[in-house]
Amino acid sequence: MTFSQRHLLGIEPLHPLEIASILDLAEEYVALNRSAEKHAPVLEGMTQINMFFESSTRTQASFELAGKRLGADVMNMAMAQSSVTKGETLIDTALTLNAMHPDLLVVRHGRSGAVNLLAEKVNCAVLNAGDGRHEHPTQALLDALTIRRKKGRLHRLVIAICGDIAHSRVARSNLILLGKMENRVRLVGPPTLMPPQVGEFGVEVFDDMRAGLEGADVVMMLRLQRERMDGGFVPSEREYFQRYGLDAEKLAHAKPDAIVMHPGPMNRGIEIDGAIADDINRSVIQEQVEMGVAVRMACMDLLARNLRAERERARLREAADG
Amino acid sequence: MRWFHNARLIDPDAGTDTIGTLLIREGRIAERDGPCPDGAEAVDAHGKCLAPGIVDLGVQVGEPGAQHKESLRTAGLAAAKGGVTTIVMRPDTDPAIDTPEVLEYVTRRAMARTPVNIRAMAALTRGRAGREMAEIGLLQDAGAVAFGDGDRVVPDTRVLGRAMTYARGLGALIVGHPQDIGLSTGACATSGKFASLRGLPAVSPMAERIGLDRDLGLVEMTGARYHADQITCARALPPLERAKGNGLDVTAGISIHHLTLNELDLGDFRTFFKFTPPLRSEDDRRAVVEALREGLIDIICSMHSPQDEESKRLPFEEAAAGAVGLETLLPAAMRLYHSEGLSLPQIWRALSLNPARRLGLAGGRLMAGAPADLVLFDPDAPFVLDRFTLLSKSKNTPFDGARLQGRVLASYVAGECVYTREGQDA
Repeated sequence: MTFSQRHLLGIEPLHPLEIASILDLAEEYVALNRSAEKHAPVLEGMTQINMFFESSTRTQASFELAGKRLGADVMNMAMAQSSVTKGETLIDTALTLNAMHPDLLVVRHGRSGAVNLLAEKVNCAVLNAGDGRHEHPTQALLDALTIRRKKGRLHRLVIAICGDIAHSRVARSNLILLGKMENRVRLVGPPTLMPPQVGEFGVEVFDDMRAGLEGADVVMMLRLQRERMDGGFVPSEREYFQRYGLDAEKLAHAKPDAIVMHPGPMNRGIEIDGAIADDINRSVIQEQVEMGVAVRMACMDLLARNLRAERERARLREAADG
Repeated sequence: MRWFHNARLIDPDAGTDTIGTLLIREGRIAERDGPCPDGAEAVDAHGKCLAPGIVDLGVQVGEPGAQHKESLRTAGLAAAKGGVTTIVMRPDTDPAIDTPEVLEYVTRRAMARTPVNIRAMAALTRGRAGREMAEIGLLQDAGAVAFGDGDRVVPDTRVLGRAMTYARGLGALIVGHPQDIGLSTGACATSGKFASLRGLPAVSPMAERIGLDRDLGLVEMTGARYHADQITCARALPPLERAKGNGLDVTAGISIHHLTLNELDLGDFRTFFKFTPPLRSEDDRRAVVEALREGLIDIICSMHSPQDEESKRLPFEEAAAGAVGLETLLPAAMRLYHSEGLSLPQIWRALSLNPARRLGLAGGRLMAGAPADLVLFDPDAPFVLDRFTLLSKSKNTPFDGARLQGRVLASYVAGECVYTREGQDA
């Protein structure tokens, strides 16, 4: 098992072998989650705090379930309604929580880099559950696990990521991960929703969706925020769906066995046709949710192992000094 | 009366770098390369450099309004330690320096509290709000050396055009912050691969060029005297060159940070590297270093912007921009000497002679009769900067832990020694 990180702040710092380690362990948790047992006490005695500065139902539930299945004491803090709105700074919040001695801190925040900042100030393992437009590493890992299980490998695949790339942390983490694992990544979307100079990341950029999907093994759709469709970034919903919504006709340009993914929640009829989303032969959206729990269990398990090892080393050092 | 000998005299006006002597008497430079007169205190410079003191155009002092970040006293101490003998204050105080009363208050307090010269830039518009022009004439009479709204852009071209027309009548210098606010609002990084990877809201360097084009158009229309506070990217250089070539009364400055750092220094969201405008790509940095070498960019300043820890310990987008720079301006500028091949007289033209000239001040020269505002420094002395050794109240420097070369050994204002390193280790 190769995994030497103290925190999971993003995909960028991970080595391909570390990514493979997480996915291998996650496979074991997929099996566990499908069994009657569903529990493994690897986080027994540990405290997990979920801090969501942006509201989220799905990701928070997934992390909560993952922690509980591993035996951790899980606490949810809906930061959107708490003292943060009373003017407390992120650092003060972090220090307050730190005083409660958590072992795992799961954080979502609306600003890029906020989770990195918080991780500097606490002495537990921090998992990034999404920070601004920066990274959402567990989403990329669960997508990778889904792809690996469906395609039998996670390299030399043609993967098209479609939609609002510029504002998407999911897209960022995915293109970094898929690039590290040596896939051909294509980004498809209107130029207004492409980050500047993204072509230098070693990806191909398409503004014609049909060309972008040509021969793809995986079609990954992104959510488009409704407020970005009122003329700010694209002229209208219907124009967007016509040019970038995934329907049967556009999907026909991909390989016949191409899978369709979406991180949820979906805007049916805007970025994806409802019929495609529900097509059990193509859509793996439900499976992504299932993989999410397993991947998060694996990440927390690995971080907890490193945390225990680190504490053990500190204890031995103290014993030697004393 | 003081007589420096064995000194490497850096004369930006003559463009020379020679070993010689310098006599100062009654606060002025009296003679160069002459013998030691009776009764003069002889100072052996041991071959170190003696140059005109730095004239730092655009220093933010927190007084009034944010004394906890920097007071006139601490800014003065930091300046003396950094070889800055004239601070030109920015008007972005609270309240803004937009009336003769505030200006007089600041000037009076500064005289009593700081060992270096302090001059003030006044706001161009009331409250720096960009709507009505400030009392340019009264402020000029009260001693304002230039007019600008700090890093705020006057959005209305009619307001700016009128202020320029009015200022031209008074011969007042306008300092603009060239930036297109439509593009730059909300941005905290320069758009490009790095900002895209970090997921930071970013602005194209083109916003600076568009802002500069607009300002230069107004200068051409009104005939005003204009200084662009920071020109930081390659794209803004051709219009600047054209404007100068067409004989417009235009100069340009740049902060030392944009000359020595680039966007990659942001690393993992290091807020001490957040600036307005944001740090640029390495290509842009090299282009502006070349522009400085050629004299297209005239002035280097520190853009000293003190921020307390609370303003910086925030997510990158929310953190305050700017860095302290009075004490690091000289050692950072030595990077241009050691790594970019600029000569010391070239660098001193931008640090001292050009800003003094542009503001109509007497400093920046080593000739007889000039004020004896001097800095004695060792351009080679290496050190690692510890930000907690800074005398500024705020410690937000991007050079914390950086290996720098160049230390100020002593600073003189009107012939009086205001700082000396003797007896200090750190």
